[in-house]
Amino acid sequence: MNTFFYIAAAVALISTGLAISGRNAIHALLFLIVSLLAISVIFYILGAPFIAAMEIIIYAGAVMVLFIFVIMMLNVGMESEKESRWLKPGMWILPSLLALILLVNFVFMLNKMSHQNIPGRIIEPKEVGISLFSTYVLGVEIAGMLLLAGIVGAYHLGKQKKKVLHRFLKQEEIEQPGNTEG
Amino acid sequence: MHELLIIAGVLLIVLNIAAGLIYVERRLLALWQDRYGPNRVGPFGLGQVIADMVKIFFKEDWIPPFSDKAVFVIAPGILVATLLLTFAVVPFAPGFNVFDSNIALLFFLGNSSLGVYSIVLGGWASNNKYSLLGAMRASAQMLTYEVFMGLSLMGVVMMADSFNLTGIVEAQRHGWFIFPQFVGFVIFLIAGIAETHRVPFDIPEAEGELVAGFHSEYSGMKFGMFFVGEYMGVTLVSCLITILFFGGWLGPAFLPPVVWFFLKTGVFICFFILLRASLPRPRYDQLMSLGWKILLPLTLINILVTGAVLIYLQ
Repeated sequence: MNTFFYIAAAVALISTGLAISGRNAIHALLFLIVSLLAISVIFYILGAPFIAAMEIIIYAGAVMVLFIFVIMMLNVGMESEKESRWLKPGMWILPSLLALILLVNFVFMLNKMSHQNIPGRIIEPKEVGISLFSTYVLGVEIAGMLLLAGIVGAYHLGKQKKKVLHRFLKQEEIEQPGNTEG
Repeated sequence: MHELLIIAGVLLIVLNIAAGLIYVERRLLALWQDRYGPNRVGPFGLGQVIADMVKIFFKEDWIPPFSDKAVFVIAPGILVATLLLTFAVVPFAPGFNVFDSNIALLFFLGNSSLGVYSIVLGGWASNNKYSLLGAMRASAQMLTYEVFMGLSLMGVVMMADSFNLTGIVEAQRHGWFIFPQFVGFVIFLIAGIAETHRVPFDIPEAEGELVAGFHSEYSGMKFGMFFVGEYMGVTLVSCLITILFFGGWLGPAFLPPVVWFFLKTGVFICFFILLRASLPRPRYDQLMSLGWKILLPLTLINILVTGAVLIYLQ
């Protein structure tokens, strides 16, 4: 199992790196999808098959499709002049330095902690459901509220005033003062 | 050794059914339209499958110079790979499956949502306006229908108390789920047709308006993979309808379980072809509003009622 973990982790790291440094937006997104798939494999190895499936269905299958959809509509897929200006070698220095500090911190902490293995128990989908709707029901409700707010917001932004193209009806509409919402 | 045999058997069965369906569909369409269909090559025209396959292998496989080559080449592969992966969890008979998983149903849903990429990326990489339009329609249509494809199955999951397909079949010993879950069945059928983008919902490739939609630029075996992928999708959805709503391999004992399974699946494959022979294509906005305004609320009501009845009966 350890070998599989390291293989999946290596794939995740390499593909995430390529997703960040890629200059073609669609190719970068494809690498991000590969990285999500690798993380799903890691979840599966750690004994969480339900979360692994959800990672694929929701992140790789729905969210990333919407990203690709938007990029297709904006037509920014091909390598652009701007991207190569943004990704100068000098750009990498500060973020790398900050990440290095975090890495040193993390390794130091790991060394100080006593070794604790992840319990190798497989958690069934049913257990996840039961704990979501009993122990963590408040979190589920709050997430539901947030999503509802998102839907209402999207509806408001996407709502368009009905355009009446008939010339007589149009005349009437201009005369009515109350019709100004947009 | 036994496992390897099963893997080889599943691959052989699926690929042969998918290739054979090209012939079956043309013959059945012809039957329903009062003509003969392919009947010249071999007995009953059965050699047509081989002739078609030989032809498609030897065709020039042209990659357009204006396309995004890497993505253009991967796209058809994604479709076939995700479909074949899903067949790994399909139980054809007790013990006759590659991988008996506790999350089999979720595995199917995950793979079908990854299958969208093949069409979206294929359409985008072709760098052709018709293909891009097809890809955009495909992504909107498939995202919409995926939402309640998953939700429509939750009634079955609640009744069987499991995501495991073998467990779902075993739970139907005392009655198929088609009767208590009729709403779920109808919605899953519609969503299944939309996911495989077969004829009433073949809006992404609508040949009358978009030439061939996302696969306009594909030729040779790359087109062949999209083509065979469609038939594999039809087979997969028919298998799942059989497993989830019609008791899988269960049936009177005078026939072995595998035969029952393939008989039931065959009926649904023929139903898919009959739909193609008889239904016109809806408009794009009609498809979307049918999905969000009618099918989604119906699915949610179905889950609510199923849950309430199950709690009442406890």
